[in-house]
Amino acid sequence: MTGLVTAHSVVDPSPLTKRIAAVVVIAYAVITLVPLLWIVMTGFKSPSDAIAYPPKIVAEPTLEGYCNLFTTRSRQAPDYMAKLPPPSGLCDRISRDRNMVIAGPSNYIPRYVNSLVIAFGSTALSVVLGTLAAYAFSRFKVPLKDDLLFFILSTRMMPPIAVAIPIYLMYRELGLSDTRLGMILLYTSVNISLAVWLLKGFMDEIPREYEEAAMVDGYTRLQAFFKVVLPQATTGIVATAIFCLIFAWNEYAFAVLLTSGTAQTAPPFIPIIIGEGGQDWPAVAAGTTLFLIPIVVFTVLLRKHLLRGITFGAVRK
Amino acid sequence: MTDQTGLSGLVDRAALVTPPVVARRVRGLSERAIAWLFITPTMLLLLAINIFPLIWTIRLSFTNYRANRPNATVLDVGLANYQSILTDPDVWAAMTVTARFVFWSILIQTLLGFALAWLIDKKFRGHGLWTTLILLPMMLSPAVVGNFWTFLYQPQIGLFNYIISALTGAPASSFQMLAQVPLAPWAIVIVDSWMWTPYVMLICLAGLRSIPDYIYEAAEVDRASPWRQFWSITLPMALPFIMLAVLFRGIENFKMFDMVNLLTGGGPGSTTEVASITLKREAFEKWRTGYSSAFAIILFVTVFGLANIYVKALNRVKSR
Repeated sequence: MTGLVTAHSVVDPSPLTKRIAAVVVIAYAVITLVPLLWIVMTGFKSPSDAIAYPPKIVAEPTLEGYCNLFTTRSRQAPDYMAKLPPPSGLCDRISRDRNMVIAGPSNYIPRYVNSLVIAFGSTALSVVLGTLAAYAFSRFKVPLKDDLLFFILSTRMMPPIAVAIPIYLMYRELGLSDTRLGMILLYTSVNISLAVWLLKGFMDEIPREYEEAAMVDGYTRLQAFFKVVLPQATTGIVATAIFCLIFAWNEYAFAVLLTSGTAQTAPPFIPIIIGEGGQDWPAVAAGTTLFLIPIVVFTVLLRKHLLRGITFGAVRK
Repeated sequence: MTDQTGLSGLVDRAALVTPPVVARRVRGLSERAIAWLFITPTMLLLLAINIFPLIWTIRLSFTNYRANRPNATVLDVGLANYQSILTDPDVWAAMTVTARFVFWSILIQTLLGFALAWLIDKKFRGHGLWTTLILLPMMLSPAVVGNFWTFLYQPQIGLFNYIISALTGAPASSFQMLAQVPLAPWAIVIVDSWMWTPYVMLICLAGLRSIPDYIYEAAEVDRASPWRQFWSITLPMALPFIMLAVLFRGIENFKMFDMVNLLTGGGPGSTTEVASITLKREAFEKWRTGYSSAFAIILFVTVFGLANIYVKALNRVKSR
């Protein structure tokens, strides 16, 4: 450093700038979170409170929405209800109060498990394939490199509805229709373009000198890739994985057109949760809340990588 | 280093388990061989799941094939499908609706997303937590979000109408975001921007953080004003990232299906009938597979052409 030492470095914004930035960003965050909070709160309301006017901010909390999400129920005559043994659990008691009897579990859990398997499977595959391809595109002379990169991107431009028909016919021939493997491969093929493009950007920012130094020290090109480049690229790989995960977890068009039962994911299922006389909003809200949780947890765990991250071309160990 | 991510652990393990035999054998591999080894799996997957279906779609687009009548005779109709699509006013209406939706949603998301990224990059206390919270909407499925916003947009009981009426004094049941012709397109733009502004923000933030401090330090030494620094350092250096974000959002919104399908289903009338909704109606309600294949090809060529021009511009900006 020179003799001129200030309280903060020249590129550090002034306290006032920081305070204004904080106020604006926090205001945006609060406004943007209101709909999400409303979803979570609606999950704990009774069906009548959920559709009250004016909207009820404070309502008697109940687990009815969650009970309705996980079960199917049937309405019974009062004399039949009177003959039943005492209710065996919370959900049983809640449904008895509505003159209903639990008929069995709903399809929510199997759909949710499908979502988990398909999202994580396709993310892992996209990131592995994408990292390899991105490294090759970043470091080597590949003939027609720009054309290949553009080709990879162009596969993302096809509207999913358009791809769905031939995919359906093809999967029927191969026995992949309505299977988790089929959906994993399909989602991977969609995600790979994002993975290659983002990762190539990250790889480009890692100085080549690191690998060259490692290779001078006797590493092969592959060893340099695994032991030097990959650790440097961790932040970028994680950020890319999150993007892929979000896509696969959320995908609806293919899921609604190509899966009907065994491999159906949660997104096509949640909107069709209906109760008596229309949509069961507390149950939909409960299903939505549970659907959101794993991604929130995952993002919060990786927060530091995401934020500190993306600078890593400049960061040295 | 503690292993918080799992993924980095996996990478370390992958590095450790590379058997020495393999390593020795590949020592002789040329860089060219490694390049092809690394690229081929991706290409094979794309050929099988993107290109093959694309060729199939092209073939179907010249026929009158109907997927709900697999045993009917399939006739080769030449360019008739293309001709009737390009002269169909409904198709042009759908394209106009799509173009308007893409333009307004991307404009709002880019302005808001970049502004937020710029503010977050001021690194105020707690910016990490707030950034994470802002990112939450884009974690949700557009289908699930669209479905839930129909609840928020309910004229009488919906939270959105309630808040707007509290702010403006207009009765909450006096307007229907999803059922009125002037409002329905904006209802979709609002939900789309609510969801995807964080996405643009995250990519912009990456761009802003890729600008090395020493450039600002040099500008400071030259006594460049903050305004000047913003226009001649911040914006130009973040521009490739902004353009990348616009590219991805543009393509995604051109194909927009799920959110619109659950919010309005294309209504009221055909006010919000974006191209993908028209395509779904033709392909899966009217079962005109050949006709809808031709429409799909036209859509694909349109996006492909526009994106091609755009990527050329992006490359020019990058190499500047």
